[in-house]
Amino acid sequence: MEGIIVEILQVIVLIGLAPLFAGWVKMLKCRLQGRTSPGLLQPYRDLAKLFSKDIVLAENASWIFRFTPYLVFGTVIIAGAVVPMLSTDLPLSLTADVIVLVGLFGIARFFTALAGMDIGTAFGGMGSSREMMVASLAEPAMLMAIFTVSLLCKSTSLTRIAEVISSSGFIAKPSLAFAFLAFVLIAIAENGRIPVDNPATHLELTMLHEAMILEYSGRHLALIEWAGMMKLFLFMAIGSALFFPLGIAATDNIAGIPKALVFLIMKLGAAGVVLVLIETGLAKMRLFRLTEFLGGAFLMATLGMLSFFILE
Amino acid sequence: MDLQTASQINDFLAAFVLLGAFGMLTQKRIYSLIHLFAWQGFFLSVNIAIVAYAAGRHHLYISSILTLSLKVILLPYILHTLVVKLKIRKEAETLVNIPATMLIGIALVIFSYYLTAPVTELSRLITRSTIAVALATVMIGLLMMITRKHAVTQIIGFLAMENGLFFAATSATYGMPLVVELGVALDILIAAFIFGIFFFHIHTTFDSLDVEQMTRLKEGD
Repeated sequence: MEGIIVEILQVIVLIGLAPLFAGWVKMLKCRLQGRTSPGLLQPYRDLAKLFSKDIVLAENASWIFRFTPYLVFGTVIIAGAVVPMLSTDLPLSLTADVIVLVGLFGIARFFTALAGMDIGTAFGGMGSSREMMVASLAEPAMLMAIFTVSLLCKSTSLTRIAEVISSSGFIAKPSLAFAFLAFVLIAIAENGRIPVDNPATHLELTMLHEAMILEYSGRHLALIEWAGMMKLFLFMAIGSALFFPLGIAATDNIAGIPKALVFLIMKLGAAGVVLVLIETGLAKMRLFRLTEFLGGAFLMATLGMLSFFILE
Repeated sequence: MDLQTASQINDFLAAFVLLGAFGMLTQKRIYSLIHLFAWQGFFLSVNIAIVAYAAGRHHLYISSILTLSLKVILLPYILHTLVVKLKIRKEAETLVNIPATMLIGIALVIFSYYLTAPVTELSRLITRSTIAVALATVMIGLLMMITRKHAVTQIIGFLAMENGLFFAATSATYGMPLVVELGVALDILIAAFIFGIFFFHIHTTFDSLDVEQMTRLKEGD
């Protein structure tokens, strides 16, 4: 019973705090670049505005186009119920390990790409093909990084990994360090941040993710944007569960959840600062240099796995 | 610092040396290459110093200092001056594209792991696990020499290979005798000077340091 409460609480935290995190990142970025920021709550206002607007639907839009926003939103919520953000006491995590998690993100991406091509505009197709290129390079690297941590903890379940790593204290292992570096690179690519993609751009030559969802409007767009914010939030939470599970409450420790929430907010705050520093310090890469960037991520992850066998 | 910690730090530094080797393999800009080479030398020298401390072999301190002064300070400085003087601005070209080179590099690491597995089982040293990394560093240096067209990058590959050899000697047998190490260090220094002179000659003859140009040396062209 407690597990279900924790599950619900986690999903509420994910849905509620994701726009706040997005606002935090935007605010820091504005400050760092010497602009006036729209404030921490701007993403909520944006979402509210989009929800109140009507949908403009192309005449030839099929069910895929209408169905995709709900599916994307849903998969991210399921993913949020599997990742130990507050507690490792998650009944749903028995049904889905970390490979399923990657698969969930894969489904969301697959349908977004289909929806991008559904209307038949040039931008949508271009965005879909670019997104698929990034995905085909990022997913193997992501799995490789996760397998490295799984080897170390002898489990692919995220809750189990978080338990093992937090119970053994600070582990200084080269494999874990490499896996973490790879994970950072992949998180940047998967969430479409600079240097892979610019989340703020609407310039046709440089769009990746934005090109796919260009045709969406109204509440559909709101759902997709919200899902995007939640995905960013989730990647930070996965990173914290895999590499810094400090403060995540153990099973049967429901009293530890407020503390876990404070830790989560602190970790996210710090992660936001790092993300903004990366985004401000680097320029967006040319599309064809992405193979090198993601190849580098794959290399890091593989080196992590190799150093697990060679050095440990 | 007990043996356990020393061995852990040793593993970490070995991983960084390997990362440096891969960094050089994939780096196109010549200045970054020189910096990466200096970093690799730095990690190597710290690694040797830690092995010296943990194993109580004092002559290893000397080779650590030798590595630090030669490969972190002097050689990168010489290379840097050469690059500045010869006005090399162009990015180094590779024969095989970068992601493919990375994959070959990973295959080489796996190969050297299998190759050194019997040696590692026989060894009782705290550094035994890094033998595979050392061999991989040598092979990646060699790969770099093969895949690059530019003379300066080939030299950096050669020096990285030498880093790997030094590393292998430290991790397999706690280093070579001091006389040998001094001799090798001197050789490297002389080699660097000779390379420098050759670079100037190649540059004045061909106006480029691309070794493919050297096919023009053939008679009857």
